[in-house]
Amino acid sequence: MRMCCAVIAAVAVAQTPAPRPPAQPPARRAASAPTVQPPRAGETVAITNARILPVSGAAIERGTVVMQGGRITAVGANVTVPAGARVIDATGKIVTPGWLDAGVQTGIMEIASSAEGTADESTTDARVSAAFDVVDSFNGNSTVIPVTRIEGITRTLVTPGSTGNVFAGQAAVVDLSGDQVPDAITKTPAAMVALMGESGAGVAGGSRASAMLRMREMLEDARDYAANRTAFDAARRREYVRSRLDLEALQPVLKAQEPLLVQANRASDLLAALRLAREFNARLVIMGGAEAWMVADQLAAAHVPVVINALTDIPVFDSLGATLENAARLSKAGVTLALASFDTYNSRTLRQQAGNAIAYGLGRDAALEAVTLTPARIWGVADRVGSLEPGKDADVVIWSGDPFELTTGPEHVFIKGREMPPDTRQTELLKRYRTIK
Amino acid sequence: MRAFLVSLLMAATAIAAGQQSNPYASTYQPPPGRPTVIRNATILTAAGPVIENGAVLLQNGKVAAVGQTVNAPADALVIDASGKWVTPGIIDDHSHLGVYAAPGIESLQDGNEMTNPNTAEVSAEHSIWPQDPQFDLARAGGVTTMEILPGSGNLFGGRGVTVKNVPSRTADGMKFPGAPYALKMACGENPMRVYGSKGQAPSTRMGNVAGYRKAWQSAAEYRDQWKRWRDEGSDPAKKPSRNLQLETLAGVLDGNIRIQNHCYRADEMATMIDISKEFGFKIASFHHAVEAYKIRDLLVANNICASMWADWWGFKLEAYDGIRQNIALVHEAGGCAIVHSDSADGIQRLNQEAAKAMRAGAEAGINLTPADAITWLTINPAKALGIDKQTGSLESGKNADVVVWSGNPFSVYTRAEQVFVDGALLHDRTDPSKQHKSDFMIGILPGVRR
Repeated sequence: MRMCCAVIAAVAVAQTPAPRPPAQPPARRAASAPTVQPPRAGETVAITNARILPVSGAAIERGTVVMQGGRITAVGANVTVPAGARVIDATGKIVTPGWLDAGVQTGIMEIASSAEGTADESTTDARVSAAFDVVDSFNGNSTVIPVTRIEGITRTLVTPGSTGNVFAGQAAVVDLSGDQVPDAITKTPAAMVALMGESGAGVAGGSRASAMLRMREMLEDARDYAANRTAFDAARRREYVRSRLDLEALQPVLKAQEPLLVQANRASDLLAALRLAREFNARLVIMGGAEAWMVADQLAAAHVPVVINALTDIPVFDSLGATLENAARLSKAGVTLALASFDTYNSRTLRQQAGNAIAYGLGRDAALEAVTLTPARIWGVADRVGSLEPGKDADVVIWSGDPFELTTGPEHVFIKGREMPPDTRQTELLKRYRTIK
Repeated sequence: MRAFLVSLLMAATAIAAGQQSNPYASTYQPPPGRPTVIRNATILTAAGPVIENGAVLLQNGKVAAVGQTVNAPADALVIDASGKWVTPGIIDDHSHLGVYAAPGIESLQDGNEMTNPNTAEVSAEHSIWPQDPQFDLARAGGVTTMEILPGSGNLFGGRGVTVKNVPSRTADGMKFPGAPYALKMACGENPMRVYGSKGQAPSTRMGNVAGYRKAWQSAAEYRDQWKRWRDEGSDPAKKPSRNLQLETLAGVLDGNIRIQNHCYRADEMATMIDISKEFGFKIASFHHAVEAYKIRDLLVANNICASMWADWWGFKLEAYDGIRQNIALVHEAGGCAIVHSDSADGIQRLNQEAAKAMRAGAEAGINLTPADAITWLTINPAKALGIDKQTGSLESGKNADVVVWSGNPFSVYTRAEQVFVDGALLHDRTDPSKQHKSDFMIGILPGVRR
C-alpha cells in the first residue's frame, strides 16, 4: 500500500523494499563520496554528565559510561574516568544503548525497484527455500548502512525477502559498523522466517490452508530426514519435497534452538501459528501481528514474542482489527513486545514509531525496551547488545534530547566501541548543494 | 433534519439558477455547525507570526475573528485550549485515498488507468470510493482537504480533484466547491517501465518527452479549432467534435486546470519547465521532487511549488539522491515548500513529517520556526491547488477549517483533538460519537473495539 503510487512495478514488489551497497570502494566514486574514517578499534571513551538510560536498570540522572576495547566497561553515577580516555561531556544529553531494528533488508538490497544486480533479498530459484541465507549476500558497503546508523540504529535483524516458498529462509543479526562478513555478523542464523496468513497463502497457491500444509510437510520431512540421514544418503528413503539443504536448515527449528519467525497478522492466523508451534515444539516469534492484541492472552500464556510496526492501523482483510493501540494493549497483557520498521530505507523511522506508540498508551520505558533489550533477547544476542552493562559490546548513542522526539537526534553513535563517522551519501549531497553556484 | 431540508432547498436553488449545466458539479454542503470560540490557545495562523494565548471565533462556517482576544456571541460553544495549539486544517496535495481505498484489494485498484500513456480523459473523481475508511484515519490526523490524484503510470494520468474530508455518500458531495481540476503528469521511471515492458512507447525518458510534446501540440490545435469556430460565429453545422482527452489538455493551456507533476529528478524537472514554456502552460507543483534542492533556484524563478516527503529515498534510482534537508532548502530559497504524503499512512501524521524537516534544517543551520513549518502543511498546498483564497490559513472570512492539537503539533506526542471543516466539528478525539466510521467498518469484527 505504502508505495502504491511512488513505485509502480510491472510485477508486485515485496511488501518491504530495501537497499544495497556501492560496489566500488570509496576512492573510485565521485569526489563527494563519504569519507570513511579508519575505525579506531578499542578506543577508550568516557561519556560523562549524561542522563543514562541503561534499559537493564533504572535511569541514572547524571552518570558516566566508559568504553574500552570495544566493550562497555563501566556504567554508573560514581565511575572513575580511566586515564587517557577521550572524554565526551554529555551534559543535558541522553545516552541509550544502540537500537535494533528487524524485518529489513539492510545490506542485501541497495535499490528495490528496476536496478538489476542490486537486490539480493529475494530469489526465483525454486530449489532454494529454508536454506536461503541472508549472510551470503550481505554487503557492509551499502549506502543504506550509514544512513541508518547515524540515526541511532546499530544492529538489525536482516530477513529474506521472498523465495516464493512458505519458508523464506534464514535471518541474521548484523551490526551496521560497515564491517563485512564475518565481522559484521552478530548472530546467524538468528531466525527461520516463515509466511502464514495472507502472505503465506500468496506463495502457496492462494490459500492459508495450503500454506499450513506446506509448512507441516516440510517440517515433517525435516524430522524424518534427521532420523534417517544414512538411508537418505544411500537413496533408500522416500523422496522429500524439498532439498537436503532446506531440510538441514530446518533442524535447529525442530530442536528449538532457533526461533521460528512467522509473518502473520490476522488473529485466526496467529492462533494457527500457535498450534503449529505446539505441534513441532518450535520457539515461535510473530512478526507483523497487526491483530495480536486480539489474542494477547494466548500469546502471553505461550510466551510468544511479537514484533510489530505500531503504526499499522489501516484496515485490510488480513488485519481488520489493526489499531494504533496494538503496542500498548500487548504490553499491558504481558506480551513480549518489540517494535520494527519493516522499511529498509527508513529503518530510521523506528523512533517516530516508538514515540507514537507512547502517544497511544505504551509506557516510555516499555517503548525503549521494545527497541533495545527485548529484540536483543528475542534474537538471542542479549549477551552482546541491548543494554548498557559492563561486558557488552559498546553500542552506545548520545542523543541531543528525548530520543523519541522528532526534533532531536543522535550526536554520537558508537558501534563495538568505534565512533561512527557522521557522513553518509546524503550528507555529502547536502554539502555539495548547500549553496548553488 | 432541519439542516437536511435547508441543504435540499439550497440544492434546488442551485439547479434553478442554471447550474445543472454541469452535471458533475460539487454537491457539497457544509455540515451543520454552531458558533465556536477557541480560547487560550497557541495559534499558528499560517499567515504571520505565532499568536500566544490567543483566540479564534468560528461562525457561519468561516473564521470570523482571530487574534489575542475576540468577541464571541453569548451562545457560542467555548473551547478552553489552554496548553493546546490551533492551526488551519492540514491540506495534502498528493493523496490517493478513495482511488486506492482500503482494504487495498485488487477490486479497489482504481488509481492508475494503465492502458494508454495518455489518459487525460479520465478523472479521479470517478474512482473515488467515499466509503474508504482511510478518509476517517486522515481526518483523525487533522487533514481537512486533499487533492486526490490518479497514479503515475501514465505520462498523463488524468484529472485530479480537490475534496473536503467529509463523510459523504457520493464523490460529488466531497468536491471542494470552486476548486480547479488538476491534470496529473508523470516523469521518469514509472511511465517508461509500464509501457516499455509492453514493448510500446514510451520506453525511455526521451520517449516520455516526445509523448508529452505530441499531446500538447494536438491540444494547441484542438483549442485553436474551437476558437476559430467560435470566432466564425459558432455555426452548429460546423461544430468541431468534442475530444475529452484534448479538452482536458486544452483546459490546462487556457489556465483552468492545474498541472501536478510527479517528477523526482532535478534534470527532468528542468526539462518539464522547458516543455511548459514551449506550449505556454504553468506547472503548479512538482510532486515527490526528491531532487528539488538541486534546482531550488529554478523553482523559485518559475514560481513552481515542490511537494515533498521528509525522508523517503532509495527505493528506486530516481529517489536515490533524496536528502532530509530537501524541504528546508526549498523553504530557505524562498520557494513554495509543501509536505505531501502519497501514502495512507503518512497522511495521518503530516505534522510529524514537517517536524522531521525542521530538525533536518536545523542540522544544516537553517532556523525554522513552527510558523514556518505550518505553511508547508496548509497555505502552500492551498496555493498549489488554487484554493488559497478560501482556505489554508486562519484569517477572517476564510473557511473555518481548523485543528485543535493537544500540544505543539511538531511533537511526536501531540494528537489532533478536534477537527473542524467549515466550522463543523467532524472529529473529536474524546468523543466516540464524533469519530465517523465509514460503511466499510460497520459490523466487521462484531463486539471488538478497535
